[in-house]
Amino acid sequence: MAHDAADDPDDDGHHAPTTFITKYVWSQDHKVIAVQYASTAIVVGLIGVLLSNLMRLQIGFPGHFAFITPERYYQFVTMHGMIMVIYLLTALFLGGFGNYLIPLMVGARDMVFPYMNMLSFWVYLLSVIVLLASFFAPGGPTGAGWTLYPPQAILPGTPGHDWGIILMLVSLVIFIVATTMGGLNYVTTVLQARCEGMTLLRMPLSVWGIFTATVLALLAFPALFVSGVMMLLDKTLGTSFFMPALVSMGQLTSYKGGSPLLFQHLFWFFGHPEVYIVALPAFGIVSDLISVHARKAIFGYRMMVWAIVIIGALSFVVWAHHMFVSGMNPWFGFFFATSTLIIAVPTAIKVYNWVLTLWRGDIHLSVPMLFTLAFILTFLSGGLTGLFLGNVSVDIPLSGTYFVVAHFHMVMGVAPLLVVFGAIYHWFPKVTGRMLDDRLGHLHFWVTFIGTYLIYFPMHYLGVLGMPRRYYNFDGYQFIPQSAHNLNAFITVVALIVGAAQLVYVFNLVWSAFRGRQADPNPWRAASLEWFTPQTPPVHGNWGPRLPVVHRWAYAYSVPGAAEDFIPQNAPLAAGGLEPEAAHATGAREASKGAAA
Amino acid sequence: MNAGVLNPPAPLGLRLRPGAAQRIGLWVFMGVATALFSLFGVAYVMRLSASDATAIGMPWQLWLSTAWLLAGSMALQQAAWRAQRGLAVQAPLRAGGACALAFVATQGWAWQALLGAKVSFAGNPAGSFFFLLTALHALHVAGGLVAWAWVQRSPKRLSEGAAWRIALCARYWHFLLLVWVALFAMLRFIDPAIAAQICGTR
Repeated sequence: MAHDAADDPDDDGHHAPTTFITKYVWSQDHKVIAVQYASTAIVVGLIGVLLSNLMRLQIGFPGHFAFITPERYYQFVTMHGMIMVIYLLTALFLGGFGNYLIPLMVGARDMVFPYMNMLSFWVYLLSVIVLLASFFAPGGPTGAGWTLYPPQAILPGTPGHDWGIILMLVSLVIFIVATTMGGLNYVTTVLQARCEGMTLLRMPLSVWGIFTATVLALLAFPALFVSGVMMLLDKTLGTSFFMPALVSMGQLTSYKGGSPLLFQHLFWFFGHPEVYIVALPAFGIVSDLISVHARKAIFGYRMMVWAIVIIGALSFVVWAHHMFVSGMNPWFGFFFATSTLIIAVPTAIKVYNWVLTLWRGDIHLSVPMLFTLAFILTFLSGGLTGLFLGNVSVDIPLSGTYFVVAHFHMVMGVAPLLVVFGAIYHWFPKVTGRMLDDRLGHLHFWVTFIGTYLIYFPMHYLGVLGMPRRYYNFDGYQFIPQSAHNLNAFITVVALIVGAAQLVYVFNLVWSAFRGRQADPNPWRAASLEWFTPQTPPVHGNWGPRLPVVHRWAYAYSVPGAAEDFIPQNAPLAAGGLEPEAAHATGAREASKGAAA
Repeated sequence: MNAGVLNPPAPLGLRLRPGAAQRIGLWVFMGVATALFSLFGVAYVMRLSASDATAIGMPWQLWLSTAWLLAGSMALQQAAWRAQRGLAVQAPLRAGGACALAFVATQGWAWQALLGAKVSFAGNPAGSFFFLLTALHALHVAGGLVAWAWVQRSPKRLSEGAAWRIALCARYWHFLLLVWVALFAMLRFIDPAIAAQICGTR
């Protein structure tokens, strides 16, 4: 379990990097790689936000912006979706938080394969460059929608059907290579490099969330790889994996017999686990943030671990609920509706346990805690509409409407992003040694939180009204009342304000990194291991000459009789605060000793 | 790959068997590759169940390439056993890599044979899958050859304490063999009629 890294006979001892290049560019240090991943993801995420605002301009004020042509509108939609889901959220949670937190939280000096870790980032960057290059390619980026459904994705009539779609598919394949390299590292590090005393069931839930999400990514991304490669071949070599016989622009194509449905199955076999690749790290991080900022042990730790694992497993047997409108045997519809609803059980357990952790806690309404509480509310709202859409008979009429847009943005857009914000406010002092500005943090929080509700709550109403999604404009749709158009204009204004608020956040990040208040080594008085490195920010190798030894779980808060309201994971055993199971076992041992005496 | 590069002056922790992390890493990678080929397998069956698919005959060269891969796998296993006992490993190790190279070359020969029989990349889905899957498998073999070349480049990596490296090469070769046998069986025996039966389309 514990890792002595001196197990490589080629390795004549590790020397900390000394040059700027090896320290900050070709760095093999997990912390630097984490910052590289996070910075790239945030930059590309800002492009995604900008695209969404451009989209909203068209929806809210159709006809006012001549440069937003129908082609560009669909390109904005497609690139926004793919950027936010893959290149921002997946990269940030696994590449950013995974890289930074796993070695520090499990007491390792680094990832077990640092060279591959470095490659992972540079390959990810390459995928981003290829993706963004499509903006400058002839015809622009693909406008096929983020699901890239064939046959339309590669046929004339769809924007970017030449270079755009090719660059998108190539970029995805490269991204998957990067994710696989990173994923191998995260899984192996968790399994092999934990310090002494850090059993699997003492790991913080953040690590459990990231670990399980990584396993999901390793098993789900191959489905995207398969579909991406096959579509690339359909486009470039004229194979007919997905392309049926069809007439395009009055011309009979050479395609025949391919199955668009096969693509949908493959895409969603990846696509639904992808929801949990984003959500599980968020679940884990939220659990830790609640515990720290409510000064209370997480309620039902083991149940939380099992819930994460069960949700991960179930996420592989629900994919076809994204395909109810594609048509399927009613028994399949029944199966996938049932499996979808079953996922609500472990998910509800998690929500109850978060609330029970808050119950009678010493709640500190710090900025990270505000984001955490906002996540619980938002995830609950988004999750409840998921119960509607999980039912075939409700999904079919709502599937093509803004109800679905509202649902998935609440549950896998806004909710995980709130966790990203909360987590960055929480761990920023560890990363930089400085605090983020609190007033800017509050401003950012309230505008983002209230703003997203003003954006997405009305969208549910628009969806129930029957307003179709994916439309460039709504001219001539008599059933859509003027009030709905007014509501769209209102949503757009709020979206612009929320978009601008993110610039405040970026300013806060950059300004505080250099000018922020100096942070204590453990400003939130947290018990988990990452806060007990000899230096803040941690230096290369993390732990100085000796690795830490862990004696308890990461949730020893407000322990009766303890000197402080938290007991570090690596404090001597005599300090108490053991996890409940270990405390029971110790109590039972002592009782039996007493009886024997 | 440069694993475990951090070497603290006085490490505190249990010592692992050398190469333990690499062992886990390889198992995880083989899991990912298994998922990849399994999904291709599912796609193959679904696509072949369509009415436009027709069966293609497998070129005889594939039996020869299978033999090469089997021989490579056995040679590397022998190298791993010899390394464990501290015996010389160069000959079986080189034989293992050479067999893998021969495998890739023979697969190329099989491609030529199929192309000569007018089975093109884009016509029949059975042909499309054949070229795609054999190319992807060969790419995995090429990745293995890179690791094999890296291991045998330095005598230090062949020392008794580094036997695990050769063992990992052998394990990966066995995996490549298993995947190839499964692919070959699928391409050989699951024709459009059987695929249609599996999918219930006929």
